Amino acid sequence: MISYEHYIALKTIVRKETTRIIRIWSQTLLPPLITQTLYFVIFGKFIGSQVRAINGVSYMAFIVPGLVMMAVISNSYGNVVSSFFGAKFQRNIEEVLVSPTPDWVIIAGYVLGGVVRGIVVGVLVFLVSLFFVHPVVTHWWAILLFMTLSAVVFSQAALINGMYARNFDEVAFFQNFILTPFIYLGGVFYSIHSLPELCQKASLYNPLVYMVNGFRYGFFGFSDVDPFFCLGVLVILTIILGLVNLFLFKKGIGIKN
Amino acid sequence: MNAIEIKNLVKTYRTGTKALKGVDLTVADGDFFALLGANGAGKTTIIGILTGLVTKSQGSVKIFGHSIDTDFEAAKKCIGVVPQEFNFNMFEQVQDIVVNQAGYFGIDYKIALKDSQEILKRVGLWEKRKAMARTLSGGMKRRLMIARGLIHHPRMLILDEPTAGVDVELRHGMWKYLSEINASGTTILLTTHYLEEVEQMCRKCAIIKEGEIVRLDSVRNLLRTIPQDTYRVTVKEMLSLEGVRAYNPVQIDEHTLDIEIQKREELNELILKLAQSGFVITDFHPKGNRLEKLFLEILRK
Repeated sequence: MISYEHYIALKTIVRKETTRIIRIWSQTLLPPLITQTLYFVIFGKFIGSQVRAINGVSYMAFIVPGLVMMAVISNSYGNVVSSFFGAKFQRNIEEVLVSPTPDWVIIAGYVLGGVVRGIVVGVLVFLVSLFFVHPVVTHWWAILLFMTLSAVVFSQAALINGMYARNFDEVAFFQNFILTPFIYLGGVFYSIHSLPELCQKASLYNPLVYMVNGFRYGFFGFSDVDPFFCLGVLVILTIILGLVNLFLFKKGIGIKN
Repeated sequence: MNAIEIKNLVKTYRTGTKALKGVDLTVADGDFFALLGANGAGKTTIIGILTGLVTKSQGSVKIFGHSIDTDFEAAKKCIGVVPQEFNFNMFEQVQDIVVNQAGYFGIDYKIALKDSQEILKRVGLWEKRKAMARTLSGGMKRRLMIARGLIHHPRMLILDEPTAGVDVELRHGMWKYLSEINASGTTILLTTHYLEEVEQMCRKCAIIKEGEIVRLDSVRNLLRTIPQDTYRVTVKEMLSLEGVRAYNPVQIDEHTLDIEIQKREELNELILKLAQSGFVITDFHPKGNRLEKLFLEILRK
């Protein structure tokens, strides 16, 4: 049951997370902005000028949704895993664990923190893209929905990583060896139709493909995969990861003895 | 209603270590209760279970009538915790730490802000409210944890070795403060290594050994069971102790000695024996830490 006290606790966690994002803006907001700008310059401007249009869309415009989504995913993930693991490492996670705040509120608070950073960075990257190209927006609902759901999915995945991680190496392991390859192979820089058939089929096992394509649909009105199927995949992932988080919290994995 | 009711509490860690072996413990509402035990005896495990940081293997725990199995949310509302080690975000400001803690307990931001002013003034940290936690001294950090534990006005404050590593002046200040909190109606449960602390402040005490409660009584009754008292005697000049050998004298320095006297014996006789041995007594007072002796005896058994 949701009470006013739960709402206050949720607001507190989100406020704390947002304050953290602002307090360390040079670590949370600035680096992704610089990285994505470099992508626009190098891939979009320098290399993109030599690449033919995809479905009538210039390569520069084609990579905008992918780069925005890339920023949303890596920042929502990075925010939750570093904040949660940091709280575990300094043991200040105990502050909320000894309080009457239910598990689902703690999960929702951290996830919302990740969503805030993901969307803020995503919007900033989109604004930067306007210096290079003026992308057309076809379906606003798809842009907002895919951006938010993708941030929710990866914030939840980050929470699981944060709970299991026993040291900073284990935090970095998932980001470096699983998340980054999945992002680059998720169709950020190319249409999966340009891949050999076997690779196209393999790509369908990469959840990033559905996020990038659903998001791209919002801009151009076309995508490699049916956007409603993409949406279904994201909703199912959100539910599964939510249930996994609730289970892990109840069990106290990595946070209770 | 009791503040704590623990029945047959068992905790076995994944490593196989049995930290608690069927603990039964009751703490009355308003009590000042001490949980004593050597390192690894199970004190922190009990506190962990009460606060939700450790999951129990077996048994039942009620906090002010709320079972931690069926209504842990209500039970947690009644508790404020001051852990053994600093567990706040070192990069947050003092007031934010306290206000956020209130938020986790469902207290509105504006009210929390007002309450934090009162509590930070009370623990002497108001001037430091904008300071980052890591810049505080050790004593200030401990006071910050007390402020954080009290911000939601809990019915019971649980302190895990609150004065460990704290200098004498601050320790006495904390004793005074805790006594005031208790006098205002807050139940206090503390674990400590300083038996003087227990003797001075606590009304009731449980001694835990290897996961079992071996003694549970009022501090007064426990002290009564000690067959002898120790007195610290200051003399003008140290002479032969032969004449007072029966009192197990222990020379502390060239002017001080500790002397044991059985409770049934008279002090007059002791003073007479000291005088007959040629000692000129300049000071004579009962030595604190009487409980320490009993505690050590129990642990050795």
